[in-house]
Amino acid sequence: MTTSLADVASSGATLRAFLHGLPGVDRVGADQRAAMLSTRSIKTTAKARAIDLAISMVDLTTLEGADTPGKVRAMCAKALRPGEDAPQVAAVCVYPDLVAVAAEAVAGSGVKVASVATAFPSGRSSLEVKVADTALAVAAGADEIDMVIDRGAFLSGDLMKVHDEIVAVKAACGAAHLKVILETGELASYDNVRRASWLAMLAGADFIKTSTGKVSPAATLPVTLIMLEAVRDFRERTGRQVGVKPAGGIRTTKDAIKHLVLVNETCGDDWLSPDWFRLGASSLLNDLLMQRQKLATGRYAGPDYFTLD
Amino acid sequence: MSRLAVRKTYKLFIGGAFPRSESGRSFVVTDAKGGFVANAARASRKDARDAVVAARKAFPGWSGATAYNRGQILYRVAEMLEGRRAQFAEELGTGKKAALEAVDATVDRLVWYAGWSDKITAVLGTANPVAGPYFNLSSPEPTGVVAIAAPDDPLLGLVSVVAPAVVTGNTCVVIASQRSPLAAITLAEVLATSDLPGGVVNVLTGHQRELAPSLAGHMDVNALDLTGVADAELAVECEQAAAANLKRVLRPAPEDWTADPGTRRMAALLETKTVWHPLGV
Repeated sequence: MTTSLADVASSGATLRAFLHGLPGVDRVGADQRAAMLSTRSIKTTAKARAIDLAISMVDLTTLEGADTPGKVRAMCAKALRPGEDAPQVAAVCVYPDLVAVAAEAVAGSGVKVASVATAFPSGRSSLEVKVADTALAVAAGADEIDMVIDRGAFLSGDLMKVHDEIVAVKAACGAAHLKVILETGELASYDNVRRASWLAMLAGADFIKTSTGKVSPAATLPVTLIMLEAVRDFRERTGRQVGVKPAGGIRTTKDAIKHLVLVNETCGDDWLSPDWFRLGASSLLNDLLMQRQKLATGRYAGPDYFTLD
Repeated sequence: MSRLAVRKTYKLFIGGAFPRSESGRSFVVTDAKGGFVANAARASRKDARDAVVAARKAFPGWSGATAYNRGQILYRVAEMLEGRRAQFAEELGTGKKAALEAVDATVDRLVWYAGWSDKITAVLGTANPVAGPYFNLSSPEPTGVVAIAAPDDPLLGLVSVVAPAVVTGNTCVVIASQRSPLAAITLAEVLATSDLPGGVVNVLTGHQRELAPSLAGHMDVNALDLTGVADAELAVECEQAAAANLKRVLRPAPEDWTADPGTRRMAALLETKTVWHPLGV
């Protein structure tokens, strides 16, 4: 590659040349590697540690039209104390109008408040609205902003528009961390996932996130693998570390542990912390807690003994 | 011209499908004289857990179906079983006459329980007299997921413990008789083709000693039928494990499967819901 990363984004042409100059993804290879790594057997004490680590990485999420302040408060209470001496989760993730409620509920606990913004989940709105959406969420107390990219612009080749939007939203975030949702289920190919990952990182993303959870397929293992490779290569090129957050469709402890194995094998220890890897999920937490109880008591746990959420 | 023998692979029945054991293990089933009959899948604790998940998933649909519909489906099971009389008689491996009698008794037992589906509420439910302007009504409700250790009577005994559990709306996980498990899997083929929703009945073959304690301790199992547990120590161990979430437990007791079963088994796996309803003016 001839261009240095500093001026890659100086024009649409250089950006396009850079992203399309990235090596293509070996689709079969990526699928096979993800499948192979997911057969790793993690048992007993390693499993116990993996479960606690996974709990501490969860972004406990509720993104429903029917969300109420009461539901958000209940979720925050669970985030602070998921179960008997289980660690706190990393963050709670809510819609912008409920950020204030969540921020009050988790104040002083170390649990972060993440808010989706920028006309989530479709991202179909004007830049002014997206920036205002972000600024209001930050003002209400959000520590992290989950923005969606404009998939329409990305797919039609208007990469500069996607880039500039991320830059603008990043500016509106101020001190808040920015997670950029690629919505990989709509990107059509693994090559596009890799390009979108680099694009988001070039534009200043602190985290890249797979999906909104509203589109299927959401977070699949091969897609997470490709994104992990992207953040690893990006750090090698630039020295800046970017986090990864698979979200949507991760429901069982087994899924979560497969993702942790993937992180460890792709990026190594540096990413195995809630600062650099998150799991966006809602029902996953209960399964983690049930598995945790199984390890502690020896008997399989039942959903009757965990919260309905 | 002679044909190559087409031998049947006996597998488990979980969630309406016939998987092999997750563990890949099998065990040898022998006839009364110790001769080889077939290999059966030897279920692991993980299979038992998967079966409970399947049963739990099936519970809302099955318990929410009308009693009439459940009766129809059970009657359908009897019909399908009747059509396979000869196969079952052969598989039971006892004398031909005794085997046919056992199959007939099984079909009759299913029809008998099918008839109870929409009548049991009238027998066990009550309108309670209370000192106040209320209707006070008690009605039986299914308990949930029932784990059953089936007795050694391979067909009649099996059906006599499964039918009363499911006819009232419970779903179940059955550990088939360890000595003679094959009829249970053939019965599962009948269940799979009788409009019974997948997961309502799940059949595990394997070692009772290995499977029963894990089901007894499972917090998502609501009742435990130990009828087929011959080992008194194992029964005690299971009952103790079952106490953790206050499962209903049916203790093992000698049974005459040819006798009129009565409503005892159905009643044992039901809970009573009582509602107070204000009287209209």
